[in-house]
Amino acid sequence: MVTRGFSSGRKPPTDTDARIPPGQYLEQGFPVLSAGPTPHVRTEDWSFTLKHGPRPIKKWNWAEFNALPLTKMTRDIHCVTAWTKFDTAWQGVLVDDILADAGIEPPTAFTLALGFDGYSTNVPTKDLTGGKAMVALLYEGKPITPDHGGPARLLVPHLYFWKSAKWLNGLQFTERDEPGFWELRGYHIYGDPWREQRYTNDP
Amino acid sequence: MSDAPAAQSPWQTVTITRIQKRTPRVTSFFLQPSRPFAYRAGQHVDVRLTAPDGYQARRSYSIASAPETGETIELAIEKLEDGEVSPFFHEIAAVGDDVELRGPLGGHFVWSDGDGGPLLLVGGGSGVVPLMSMVRHRAIRGSLVAAALVFSARVWDEVIFRDELIDLAERRDGFDLVLTLTREPARRPADYARRIDAAMMVQAMTRLPAPPKLAFVCGSNAFVTAAAEALIDAGVPAALIRTERYGV
Ligand SMILES: Cc1cc2nc3c(=O)[nH]c(=O)nc-3n(C[C@H](O)[C@H](O)[C@H](O)COP(=O)(O)OP(=O)(O)OC[C@H]3O[C@@H](n4cnc5c(N)ncnc54)[C@H](O)[C@@H]3O)c2cc1C
Repeated sequence: MVTRGFSSGRKPPTDTDARIPPGQYLEQGFPVLSAGPTPHVRTEDWSFTLKHGPRPIKKWNWAEFNALPLTKMTRDIHCVTAWTKFDTAWQGVLVDDILADAGIEPPTAFTLALGFDGYSTNVPTKDLTGGKAMVALLYEGKPITPDHGGPARLLVPHLYFWKSAKWLNGLQFTERDEPGFWELRGYHIYGDPWREQRYTNDP
Repeated sequence: MSDAPAAQSPWQTVTITRIQKRTPRVTSFFLQPSRPFAYRAGQHVDVRLTAPDGYQARRSYSIASAPETGETIELAIEKLEDGEVSPFFHEIAAVGDDVELRGPLGGHFVWSDGDGGPLLLVGGGSGVVPLMSMVRHRAIRGSLVAAALVFSARVWDEVIFRDELIDLAERRDGFDLVLTLTREPARRPADYARRIDAAMMVQAMTRLPAPPKLAFVCGSNAFVTAAAEALIDAGVPAALIRTERYGV
């Protein structure tokens, strides 16, 4: 349906088209989204736990975690509120390297990312491994600010950005694909921006 | 379960049936859906505009009307000078025009009478919109849940829904209104003329019969950050605070 009087003044140059998923627009800033107040987690109090169900597999403190191999990832990110931001530059620890340090292969096909604020989001394990995701510690070379999820956030750039859980304190392998906080509140179980999987019943 | 997601619906065409200027920068648009549209106070919709060449712009807008208000949905849109979608609504959209809409969306920033209270609502500028839906829902239901709305605006004439809010507060049925103006002196005796801070939150809570069971904060990102910190400094547990950020 064409909207009377609306023109495509903001249409992005065609050379960027291929990088903008359906229904998204290009954003220069970095808007913030979250369900509650911003937790201020001090690195002294920070820890990261890898779990299989309720059972902890390994736990790292801030210094131990920072001693893991650091990888750079520069990616386009896509927020469900319809903005896309190009070339965001992160550094952190690949989920592969976390698993290697714990000396395990992924025990199940599903994972819940857990946050200090009690929120969670579900991601299939295969979307976290193979170099596809990391626990980010730096954004544009600097510590991630609390409003963007620091000290550490998950980065799963090929899915809508709510899957990149802020204030991360653990990954939990689950037997089934268990919906997380936002997925229980109307957001899509998988969240592929290229298939526009924004809300629960999107195909 | 109160947080269960509403069944999601695809895009539908809605018709603008009425346009009402609320403040110099905010105008309400009343939309008539083409399919039944049930929602909860606090939810939002996505609006989509399409140009002749297929280019589309989409933005989220909170619903200002109460779920009980009947067929039409009210959106209250603030004009951002160099924006894309809000100036379209203010300058071009007219009664009788169609736009596309999807929703209702959001299953966290919602409140119904049955969720109980006391309720502390904190809004900045157009961030009052979803809180207005809650306040209206509460009034229409004849709810006994105590609620206080702390509403920050730059000046008196930018207090969206001002007369309606003052009327509702004057009913003295458990709803209390606190206005704070950031660029003008206060007009009403118990109002403020400064940005929201912890002391103001502490005083707002003394207007409630008991500590809040839920607090809802909505507005620009900077506003929500500051107001949520003020609530925490005033002793409200973080787990009780729900936020909606308008992005910019
Ligand atoms: C859940 C939710 C609910 C909302 N509810 C409401 C509501 O009830 N009422 C309301 O008024 N708003 C609401 N908003 C905000 C709304 O979605 C829009 O963000 C707002 O209307 C601005 O859209 P716009 O197209 O006019 O401006 P945009 O074009 O998005 O621009 C926003 C700002 O960014 C700047 N900008 C944009 N693009 C560029 C660029 N390329 N370069 C430099 N600067 C740029 C513009 O100058 C402008 O100031 C809500 C947002 C969310 C997420």
